[in-house]
Order: sequence, then C-alpha cells, then structure tokens
Amino acid sequence: MDYSKKPLQAPHMATPAHDEMRAPDSSVFVHYQSYAAWLDSMPPEHLVQKRNEAETMFHRLGITFAVYGEEAGAERLIPFDIIPRIIPADHWQILEKGLAQRVRALNLFLADVYGEQRILTAGVIPREKVLANAQYRKEMQGVSVPGGTYAHISGVDIVCTGPGEFYVLEDNLRVPSGVSYMLENRKMMMRLFPELFARQSVAPVEHYPDVLLETLRGVAPIGVDDPTVALLTPGSYNSAYFEHTFLAQQMGIELVEGQDLFVRDDTVYMRTTRGPKRVDVIYRRIDDDFLDPEAFRPDSILGVPGLMRAYKAGRITLANAVGTGVADDKSMYIHVPEMVRFYLDEEPILKNVPTWQLSRKEDLQYVLEHLHQLVVKEVHGSGGYGMLVGPASTMTQRAEFRERIIAKPEKYIAQPTLALSTCPTFVEAGIAPRHVDLRPFVLSGKQIRIVPGGLTRVALKEGSLVVNSSQGGGTKDTWVLEA
Amino acid sequence: MLSHTANDLLWMSRQVERAENTARMLDVTYRMSLLPYRVMEPGEKWAEPWAVPLVITGLATEYYKRNSEISPEKVLRFMVLDATNPFSIYTSLQSARENARGQRGALTSEMWESLNQTWLEMRAMDFAGINSRGVSNFFDWVKNRSHLFRGVTFGTMLRDEAYSFIRMGTFIERADNTARILDVKYHTLLPSLTDVGGAVDYYQWGSLLRSVGAFESYRKIYRDVITPSRIAELLILRDDVPRSLHASMNELYEILQMLSDSDRREPERLAGEIHAQLHYGRVEQIFKIGLHEYLLGFLAKIEALNAEINSHYLTPDYS
Repeated sequence: MDYSKKPLQAPHMATPAHDEMRAPDSSVFVHYQSYAAWLDSMPPEHLVQKRNEAETMFHRLGITFAVYGEEAGAERLIPFDIIPRIIPADHWQILEKGLAQRVRALNLFLADVYGEQRILTAGVIPREKVLANAQYRKEMQGVSVPGGTYAHISGVDIVCTGPGEFYVLEDNLRVPSGVSYMLENRKMMMRLFPELFARQSVAPVEHYPDVLLETLRGVAPIGVDDPTVALLTPGSYNSAYFEHTFLAQQMGIELVEGQDLFVRDDTVYMRTTRGPKRVDVIYRRIDDDFLDPEAFRPDSILGVPGLMRAYKAGRITLANAVGTGVADDKSMYIHVPEMVRFYLDEEPILKNVPTWQLSRKEDLQYVLEHLHQLVVKEVHGSGGYGMLVGPASTMTQRAEFRERIIAKPEKYIAQPTLALSTCPTFVEAGIAPRHVDLRPFVLSGKQIRIVPGGLTRVALKEGSLVVNSSQGGGTKDTWVLEA
Repeated sequence: MLSHTANDLLWMSRQVERAENTARMLDVTYRMSLLPYRVMEPGEKWAEPWAVPLVITGLATEYYKRNSEISPEKVLRFMVLDATNPFSIYTSLQSARENARGQRGALTSEMWESLNQTWLEMRAMDFAGINSRGVSNFFDWVKNRSHLFRGVTFGTMLRDEAYSFIRMGTFIERADNTARILDVKYHTLLPSLTDVGGAVDYYQWGSLLRSVGAFESYRKIYRDVITPSRIAELLILRDDVPRSLHASMNELYEILQMLSDSDRREPERLAGEIHAQLHYGRVEQIFKIGLHEYLLGFLAKIEALNAEINSHYLTPDYS
C-alpha cells in the first residue's frame, strides 16, 4: 500500500489511547496482573522513598546527560520512573521478528545503494531521491564492507497503538543512543525491588555489552584474527558521553577521542603508553561529517585525518558504516516496506506510520488544511527538535510552522497524530497513565541479535506525546516476560 | 593503555593530592593565625601568616589581581572556593572528578563513586556554610576524602598499568609540594637558622611538620627539640616518612622501573638519578649547598622528570 498516493484520513486519533496495563473496562491485562497486585499493596510513601533512592543513586553513579544550549558541562538526570513497562512474550515475538526483518532489509538496501543499485534500476525508489539525498555519501560508492553489514547497531523507534499493534516511527541507523539507560534502569530496578524479579520471569538484558562486542569483533577486516575494538567518542561535552564511557567499560575496550588515533600507511593506530597499537574495529559515536577532516568537514577537530583512506583500503571497520543516513532519513522512511518486499520477498511485519511528503502538491495541501491534527517533522531533524505536534499546538505555533512549510515544503513530512499507548507512571499526582514509546536495539553482524527489551521513553506531562529526554521525557525499565 | 587515559589518571590523583596538600597548608595557617602573638616584626615582608599559602603555591600575583589586601577570609575564599583559581581546592576536586569521568573504564566503580561524591559535596558548599561548620572541619573533610580515595584505590584496584599512573600522580605532586613547603617555610618565616628553642620557634617548626602530617613522626624519631637540620633530614632524606622527598622518589623510581622498556628508558634513568642523590645524600651536604638552592635544584629535576614522563608515556608524538 502506498500511503503517499492519496490524502489520508488520520486513522489513529481514537481516544482514549490504548493503556498497556488496563483494558477499557478497567480489568488488568494478564501480563500485568502479578505486578498490579504487588503495586496495589504498596503504600504511596514507600514508592516515594524508592523514587528518591533511585534519584540519589543515579546522581551518585553520575548517570547524567548534557543538554545542548545550556551552560557548558551542565549535567542533568533523565527522570527515571520506577514503574516498569511490561511486554508479554507473544508481543515481543512479533517485535523481534519484525525488527530483524526490517533491519535485514535496510542493510541490503545500503549494500545495494553503494553497490549495484538494483532497487534504483528497478524503479522501486526514484534514483534522484537517493543520490541527491544529503545523507548519501558518494565516497562510499563501490566500497565493500565486511559481510555487507552497514548498520551494525540500529535503534528502531516503535510505538504501540493497541495490543500487539506496533508501528515503526524511525529507523535510527547512524549513532543511536540510549542503550546505557536500558541497562542502568534494569540494574536500578533490581536494586530497588529485588522481590519483583522473583515474582515473575523477566528476560535479562545485562548481556547486551557482550553481544555488542561479539558483533563488533565479528565484522573486523578480513584476515584479522584477534581484532582490537575501540569506541570513538566526540568527548565529554557530548550529550551521550556517559553512555560512551559506560559501554567502553562494559566491553573492556578503549574509549578514544580523535586525538588518540592516528593513521600511518592506511592503518589506524592508538597512542598508548607502550607505543602505537593497531585498531581494527571502531565503534564510532561521531557523525559521518566529523569522522575525517581530510574527507568530510575540514574544520572537524573530533575526527582522525586519513581515517577514510584506511577505511576504503579495508584496513579498518567502522560501525556503523559511513553513509547509513541515506536509509534512515525521514524521506526514505516511506520506502522501507518496499525494501522488505524487494530484497526479502516478504510482507513487512511491522507497520509504517502513514506519511505525507510535503514535496508532493496534493499532500502539502492536505497537510496545510489539517495542521491541527497532524505531527509535522523535519526530514533531517532529530531529538524532537523542529517538530510540530498539531493537537497540542497553539494557533501561533501553527501559523509559524505553516510559513516554514510553505517556504521549504521538501524539508518536511507529516504523520497522523498516533494515539501512543500509555503505561502507568508515578508522577506528582500519583500513579497515572502517560504515553510511551520503545527503542529496542538491533545488532547486526554475522547474525542479527536483539536483546529482549529496549529503552522505554515516557512523556511525563499529562497528554504529551513528546518523549525525548531533551524535551522533558523520562525513562522506564522495560520488561519482556519470558514465555 | 591509551596515553590519554594514563594522562587523565595521573592528573586525577595529582589533583586529589593537591587538594589535600592545600587543605593541610591552609589548616596550619589557620591554626597559626589563632595564636596570640605575631611571628615576626611588624613590617617584615611575610609577617602575615595568611600570605604564606600564596607564596608556597606561587599564587600571590593571581591573588592580588583579585584582591587589594590580605585578609583571612579573602585568602580562604581564593584558595578554597574560587573556581577561577586553578589551584583552589574547589578547582582541584572538580578537575580530579572530570578526569575520572572520562576514564571510568579504567577505575573501579567504588573509586568513581567516591570521587564523584566528593565533588557533589564540594559543589554544594559555600563560604558561609564552611565557616559555620568550622574551617578546620572543612579541612578535615578534604583530608578524609583524599584518604578515602587513596584507600579505595589501594583496596579495590587491579595492580595494572593504570594503577601505576595513578600512584605516579600522587607522588609527583607530593614531592613537589613537600619541597615547596619546606623551602618557603624556611626562608620566609625563619630567616635565622640559629635562633631556636623559643616558644615561637616551637610553634613555627611544629606547624611546618603538621602541614605535612609529620609532627608525631618527628617526636618518635628524635624525642628532642625541633631543629632545622633535623627537619631537613626528616622531610628530605628519611624514606620512612611518607611525605618526604626520599619516600616519594622511592615510589616514583619503583613505578618507572616497572614501566620501563627498550623504547622508554630515560624517565627511569632520571628518576634513578634523583633517587640516588636522596638515598645516598647527607644533611650536612645539603646545608653546605644551601637548603634553598638544594630545593630549587630538586624542583627543577622533578620538572624535568615530568617532561620525560610526558614525552614517553602521556603525550607521545608519533607523527
């Protein structure tokens, strides 16, 4: 089904939203029953005490993130909600299959785009749309990467609109973050409520760093038997710096900044106290633009001069590969179901959210008429910046957005305002439903592996649909129940 | 290990040691200032005890950029809380924690939590709070946090290269600090080395020993009046006094011997040379050269050792 051909009625405006714990008749779903019984028996003071304990602990552990635009080095905690989000085994199975299928297709697409371009030749996706995309890296054309894997780590954003009904919001294939919160939230829950984990069987997530390291080692350049892996960070002022240090520590690999690496004879080395040491795989948490001042932005001081030369010579593996942005761009999003069909000859398991492309005249007209109902996003935006949530917006905001859209319609897409599911959340007023999304992490190397769970983000403001931490969202532990 | 990591770890422990030394120095100054008599004639250059910490750290010029005269409160504010003073206790603890934050992977979680906790408490303090709690209590807190951090390091950390660089930072800073304190105390407070025995001298010498935590050691070793040459012997040559130059060089020499390999010999050689002079030195000879000259020479050698450590381990240039 190609949603972009006809103006759509927004199909998911149903209110109230689906609550993951309680059915409309207030009965508790089976997968929440054990937890709900426990929660009912808890005095509110106890929950307050536990919440304070969690906050103290997060501060003590230094689990913070930097907020752009605030005083340099300012650190904040992401609010942590002590009520877990619970996903039953059968729903997770749908997600797991759907995610693996989708990421497999996306990797095939990337290998194709930077290789033969069959999908363009077949006319499934317009050639100019791919090749003129700002995220398409011509430097990668004809470069082969180990195992044909481009997106080794994908953080696919999922929303739920009904029981087992999942939509993909975004495929994050560049440098998706948040996995450290998945791990720290679990650790915190086990510390605060050990008794809960005895009551039911929650699938573990703690082995994620091991699986990640195995994935990274598995994609080393050919001929390297015992690869050295390093994590490349932009440095301590990056908002995800905590995560970089955390993952490096958990995997037991070096955390490096650009200045710690140098390239000699197309080979990448770290500066160590024992002289230069060769690096084979770089898990980079730096955007393409900043990777190598010789190849991309010449003013980048975060990168490593000559890195692209070594990369093209096959002497180093970068994870994720350079140029993955061409597949997770919001303008390419609408084509992902087609990619699944084209490369795998399968029907997509996970649904796409219907999307209007404002570069199309008829879509533009419909969207401008229905701004108050829709969510409008910048094609290249991320982090919840530069987006309009129609139903929650003021007249002034809409008027202002309208002008921006009319000036550059190709910069925007629009989607119906999905009624994101809600989960019980411990807020000031007590326990109340709040909207959530989910970011599971898909690891692709020799095989595809997904740790059961992910990062659940929750919009703490009543009625709000924006879950981004930069916009006042919080996080929850995500429990996948074992079958 | 990464040179960058080694550098951060070395500076982490150096800054903790520096915070502790600053606290010691200020604590002694504070106690001295409470004594009912002045140490020197009015009008003498450093009659004011609150000027001493500024001279020892070489920060007098910086201080006078911000203040027109010396007052206990102003010196305390400058040396304790001033975020623009790179040597204040506040800045030292902040940089120690920043260095640790970047290298959490090389530390045990208990080390990180201890240092992070220290910083969070430091950040929450202001002058009024420190004052009402008692200035000496604050200095005790700094010393205790430093003891705790060293203890946690000693008690939890793998004896790997990272551990060596952390120890290195502690002893470089300690050697440097002891030499400075000795030099300044000697030559600014007590110009006449023969003038010993009075109550004033007793407090003066006592304060010097206390500022390096060696007062009790002195009593145990000498069981006699405090004299300049014994103090010099104690803090320079005796290797059983943990803050002496000799004890610090014992550690540094041992660490550098361990880290040395065919491409990195010079730091070890230089440390060995400095160590030998302390190991085989005699106090009479030090006074023959002149204590001030001797200590200046020592500080210059420590500086040179620092430079060798940098170019061989911490900031190597391979291009």
